[in-house]
Amino acid sequence: MNGGHDLGGMHGFGPIAPEADEPVFHAEWERHAFGITLAAGALGKWNIDTSRFAREEMNPADYLGTTYYEHWLHGLETLLVEKGLVGADEMEQLKALRPAPAGIAAVPPERMAEVIRRGGSAKRADAPARFTAGQRVVARNIHPTGHTRIPRYVRGRNGTIAIDHGVFVFPDTNAHDRGEAPQHCYSVRFTARELWGPDAPEGDCVHVDLWDNHLSPV
Amino acid sequence: MPHDHHDHQHDDHGEGSELSDVALRVKALESLLVEKGLVDPASLDYLVDLYETKIGPRNGARVVARAWTDPSYKAWLLKDATAAIASLGFVGRQGEDMVVLENTAEVHNLVVCTLCSCYPWPVLGLPPVWYKAAPYRARAVIDPRGVLREFGVELPHTTTVKVWDSTAELRYLVLPMRPEGSEGMDEETLAGLVTRDSMIGVGLASRPGAPT
Repeated sequence: MNGGHDLGGMHGFGPIAPEADEPVFHAEWERHAFGITLAAGALGKWNIDTSRFAREEMNPADYLGTTYYEHWLHGLETLLVEKGLVGADEMEQLKALRPAPAGIAAVPPERMAEVIRRGGSAKRADAPARFTAGQRVVARNIHPTGHTRIPRYVRGRNGTIAIDHGVFVFPDTNAHDRGEAPQHCYSVRFTARELWGPDAPEGDCVHVDLWDNHLSPV
Repeated sequence: MPHDHHDHQHDDHGEGSELSDVALRVKALESLLVEKGLVDPASLDYLVDLYETKIGPRNGARVVARAWTDPSYKAWLLKDATAAIASLGFVGRQGEDMVVLENTAEVHNLVVCTLCSCYPWPVLGLPPVWYKAAPYRARAVIDPRGVLREFGVELPHTTTVKVWDSTAELRYLVLPMRPEGSEGMDEETLAGLVTRDSMIGVGLASRPGAPT
């Protein structure tokens, strides 16, 4: 979706301004927002693409006006209700009114350590590729209203396949429970001039990871 | 707009005697999840401690220092980063499939995630606030040299800047150039020169003796 999260190339946000001390968390509530998001995610009722989409769906004004962990909190609240782990009435009142759905139980620390250590690779068994390294491609000019990982600033632009990463889950379908649709994912090189015009430095480039379904041959 | 103000005094950091709205909300949501048996409080403590005190850029610095001192490790790292990094014990969530980008005098790589905040957790820990915030995500792709200048790095025009937007489940780690004056140093000392910023590509490794 063309949401408030798709920021590449925007102007007006000002300097980057790194903090001097850079604490991992800036308040006690951030620790808890981080912890409950990971812990609820470990229940396996949604995938990483679903959770990204739940954050992207925020009204752009709200998205840009809130902090990172507020985006996480918004996404978590949305998914807990949408996936039936928490009732809409419970979320409204922030009060437990009934037990968890049958067969769903909190992940204890020993198992959580294993979940983190194992991770969840999105790489899948090899399959034929539509494109090969060095090939010229165009990023499709598409504007899906659902989740997509093709940023606005490359749509309709010509690039070159730089690396074939192999076969990966396709987030654009996986976010919406429409299957993993495994396909090749590539690092596609776009020249800075192709993306930003003649004032961009010659030779500089931006690499974007895109899938078969995002690309057409030139 | 006299009624446009919020009713409460906001405390953005939630550390005052009065908790902010969001702090109260998180607290209530956590209680709800614990009461329903969806979240184990011991797991929350485990997760926060892990990412606040155990996993951080010192891991990535060890990978870089090994690559600087061992040419066969470096070749492996550039060819199969996931396996080479796993051999040092750094595996798991948000680092399942890794790519390492080598900085040279000719090419300078810089990593961003314009759509969210993808970052290689097992080697760098959780990302700093600026990496997740709008200014960096917006500007890294359109004005990387300006971003670098803000971090104190001025690159000659003969150096190509390559920006890597992490839009897939590949996680990128930059292998910075080994600084001048570090000849003969052992791996552990070298690791001390590897800054977090140099592994994102917004900085360079520290020179020996330079203040960090």
